[in-house]
Order: sequence, then C-alpha cells, then structure tokens
Amino acid sequence: MSEIILATRNVGKTFGGFVALKDISIEFERGKLTAIIGPNGAGKSTYFNILSGAFPPTTGQLLFQGRDISALPQHKFANYGIAKSFQITNVFPKLSAFENVRVAVQARKVGLNPWRNRDGYAEVNRRAHELLALVGLEARADRTAQDMAHGEQRALEIAMALAAEPVLLLLDEPTAGMSPEETRVMMDLIQRLSRDRTIILVEHKMKLVMGICERIIVLHHGELLADGTPDEVRTNAEVKRVYLGQGRH
Amino acid sequence: MTTNTAASLIAFGKRHRAALAIGFLLIFPWLMPYEALAVNILVLGLYAVGFNLLFGYTGLLSFGHAAFLGSGAYGCGIALVHFGVPWFASILIGVLVSVFFAAIMGFLAIRTRGIYFAMVTLALSQCVYYLFYQAVNLTGGENGLRGINLSEIGILGFSVNFLNPTTKYYVILAFVAFALWLFSRLLASPFGAVLEAIRENESRARACGYDVARVKFIAFVISGAFCGLAGALKALHLSIVPIETLHYLTSGQVVMMALLGGMNTFFGPFVGAAAFLLLEDVLTTMTSHWQLVLGAVFVIFVLFFPKGIWGSALAWMVRK
Repeated sequence: MSEIILATRNVGKTFGGFVALKDISIEFERGKLTAIIGPNGAGKSTYFNILSGAFPPTTGQLLFQGRDISALPQHKFANYGIAKSFQITNVFPKLSAFENVRVAVQARKVGLNPWRNRDGYAEVNRRAHELLALVGLEARADRTAQDMAHGEQRALEIAMALAAEPVLLLLDEPTAGMSPEETRVMMDLIQRLSRDRTIILVEHKMKLVMGICERIIVLHHGELLADGTPDEVRTNAEVKRVYLGQGRH
Repeated sequence: MTTNTAASLIAFGKRHRAALAIGFLLIFPWLMPYEALAVNILVLGLYAVGFNLLFGYTGLLSFGHAAFLGSGAYGCGIALVHFGVPWFASILIGVLVSVFFAAIMGFLAIRTRGIYFAMVTLALSQCVYYLFYQAVNLTGGENGLRGINLSEIGILGFSVNFLNPTTKYYVILAFVAFALWLFSRLLASPFGAVLEAIRENESRARACGYDVARVKFIAFVISGAFCGLAGALKALHLSIVPIETLHYLTSGQVVMMALLGGMNTFFGPFVGAAAFLLLEDVLTTMTSHWQLVLGAVFVIFVLFFPKGIWGSALAWMVRK
C-alpha cells in the first residue's frame, strides 16, 4: 500500500443537536484520484469542509502526513500544501482572470511585500500564465472574472487552487451547475491533473466519477456506507439500495 | 478617439497616477479662488485618500476615521505648543499618535464585519473624542488647541515664511506628494493586490493562504497613518485644532468625499474632497441652507453616478 497522505480518525461533526457526521475513519493514499459520493444530506460537504479546514471536527482527528491538523486555522492549510476549490463559484469577481491567478501564486512565492511593484515578479507572472494555459484559459487572461462563463470560472478556480502547488487538491462538486459540454471539459481537466497529483473530489452525480476515479467512498446519513474501486461500489448491495436505486425512480 | 488609444492612455495614466496627480496639484492653487481653500482641499484630499485605502481598496467601511485625522492634528499641535518640538518632528509625532490609536482601534475592529465594523469604529472614535475633550490641560478641551504659531520654518537651512499662503501650499504639498507617491506604490505592490483580493472575496483570499486578519490590521494602521499625516498638516495650516476635528461628523464627511469622488479609483477621493469643499465654499456665500443642497448633490451621485465624479469620468473616457 502506498503512502497515506491524509486520514480522518473517528471524525464526527454536530451542528447544534444535528449529527452531520458520525465516526468516519478513512485513509487517502498519495497519487490517487478518490471520489466521495452520496445522496443529498449524506454529509459529503460537511466531510469535505473538515478535510479542507473550513471548520474543525467536533470529535476525532484530521491527520495530514501523520500530523494532527484538526485545529489548524484555514489559511495555514494552504501552507501545508492542501488546496481546495469550492462548491459555489469562488473567485475574485472584479479582477481579471490573470490577476485572480496571480494573487493566488503570489501567496506562495511573494507574500505581502509592500515595496515592490507586483508586475516586477517575472517568476510569479510566468507561473500565472502557465496555470491559465493548463486549464485552457490563456486566451481569457484579461477578461474580468465575473464576465466569464460559469464553466470558465470553475476552471479559473482550479487554476487558483493549483497556484499553491498543492500536494493534495480537494474539489467540491467541480461540475455543479455545468452544461454537459462544460462537464465533459472539466472531467477531462480533472483526469489530466490527476496524473501527477493526489485529488479528492466530492460529487453528487455518481456516473461522472465512475469512469475516472480509482477509489470511491460512499457516505449516507453521515456514516461510511461503502469504500472501494468503482466496480466494487457499483456491485455493492447497500449502495444500490440507498443510492443507485434513487436514480431509477 | 479609438478604443485602443483610449485604453493605452488609461493604462499610461494608471501607471503614472501619482506623478500625474502631483503634477496637477502643482498648478492647482492657480485654479482656486484663494489659496487657503487650496490648502484645505490638499489636506482633506489626503485624508480622503487615506480613508479610501480601507473603504475603496479593502472594502471596510469605517465610521471612525476622524479619530486619526484628529489625533494626528492634536499630536502635532501638542508637540509644537506644549513641548516646543520643531515643526518637522511634530508632524512625525502627529503621525505616530494616530498610528497608536489606529493600532488599538484596528485590533478591536477587524474582528467584526459590515455594519458592526462601522459601529465599532464609530464607538471607538467617540472614545478618542472624549479622551481629547477631557484632557483640557493638553488639548484645550472644548475651545480646541490654540497657539500653533508657525511663522518662519527652516527647511534645509533656509528660512521660509509659512504665513505666505502660496509658500504654505507648496510646503504642505511636498508632504502630500510624498504620501501620494507612497500610497500609489503600496497599491501597486503585492500587498495592494491582497487588499483588493480581500475586498473581492475574503474567504477566497484566506483559502489562498493569506492571513486576512493580519492584512486588514496592517491596512487599518496604514490608513490611520495617512489620515494622521493629513491631520498634522491641517493643524499647521489652521494654527488651531478645533475639537470638531475629532467629531463623528468629520468621520461621515470623509465617507461622503470618497463616494462623491469615486471610491474605486486612486485619485477619486481627492476629487471628492475638492468637490465637497468647493461646493461648501460657494454655497455658504449664497444660502444658509447650503447643507441641504450638498446633501441633494450627494444623494444624486449615490443614486445615479455610483462610480463618483472621477470614476464616472474615467469610465466615460474608456467608452469614448
């Protein structure tokens, strides 16, 4: 078995009296493309938010490369090499596509230097252009983010997440609200990125992830229902009952 | 004019915005009815620009910036009047005093957002007001701080007559020009980029790995320092620090100036301050209800020209 990059140990989360997650222990291996799926209200997003540090778990631990990072503030996650893209489009709307990515690259390479001109960092600018090209947006560099198509904004977001040169990339419903064409482009991009990165993604549509993921984790009512290869999950009787069955009604 | 030349003209203007602004301010007194008004605009223009670092660039609406204009003015004035500190060092002391208050207020206020941020800054600035109001021995209390008599000042070994309004304008402009240059550099820097990112989307900036609370705090203190410098210069200009400098109306005025001129531009707040003071100057000679007219103008701008005078002018140039 390969190296464990991220793990949750008996992680639970309650909001007021509502139990969103119960006792989830999962280990994620380096280099794999893993999908977390489940019907609405399964606790996927809660679990994703814990993995990405948006809020800490109520119980249990989040371990990154063996180190407990449960209580780490959000902005430190990026320093550890964990980057995420969001369920809702989350860019800097009035800045250009290039500036969006540039600011993200700058966080890692330059920081807050108040004394130099931001255009003077050739290395940062080069990397920002590279990332735009990687997600297929180089022709859109000067476009204001809010004027871009939905699919393009999501791709822009991924370029921003990649700016942290993450060892682990977390994607929350990367194709939410996309047209079939945009969805296909996004899935191609994710597959391309997964060749040399560890990616964990949350997805509502099971069909989408079956083709490209190496491992699928199914959550249901805040509990771990199934965990295995796409084939194993597809043939799992429990999964069929709670998840696949729904689609046929 | 084709879009291309207009765009490149705008790009040129943006790159050299500080130089262009300073160039304009060099001839500015000749365009004004009298020099004292020009100095007023200069000083309050800097106040509005400093305020706009938080408002326009970081997206934080403070209702307490009078505290920094006022504490800068008092700091400078008290150093001159009570301690006989040279004028140059007094300005520095004024800035440091405002930095001190900005650090305290910023530390407490950045924990809140939106309307709460506005209310916390307002409440804290009222605390500063009462602090200076009560310290009668130092500040003169209700009567304001009097006796800032600066007639001759030494600059690089030369003695300059500070009572001559034109000379006074250019001495003060030297400080304002330096501040504008510094301000423009700051905005063009990686730090400036993070400020805009926080304004656009705070949680995204945090996810990028920026310590948003720290950046906001630094921006708050820098903004306070610029306003403090404006205050110190105001004290030298007026020879008196009225207690109204610290009043919350002064905090409200700067919001109006920034909105009137254009909060999303470098020079907009300055234009706003000029428009505000010019209108006030003209209207007060015509009617005692001048505030009504000024208020109406303000409402018209907020409703129909949300980009402000300068912002609308720039947008119009781009379109043309």
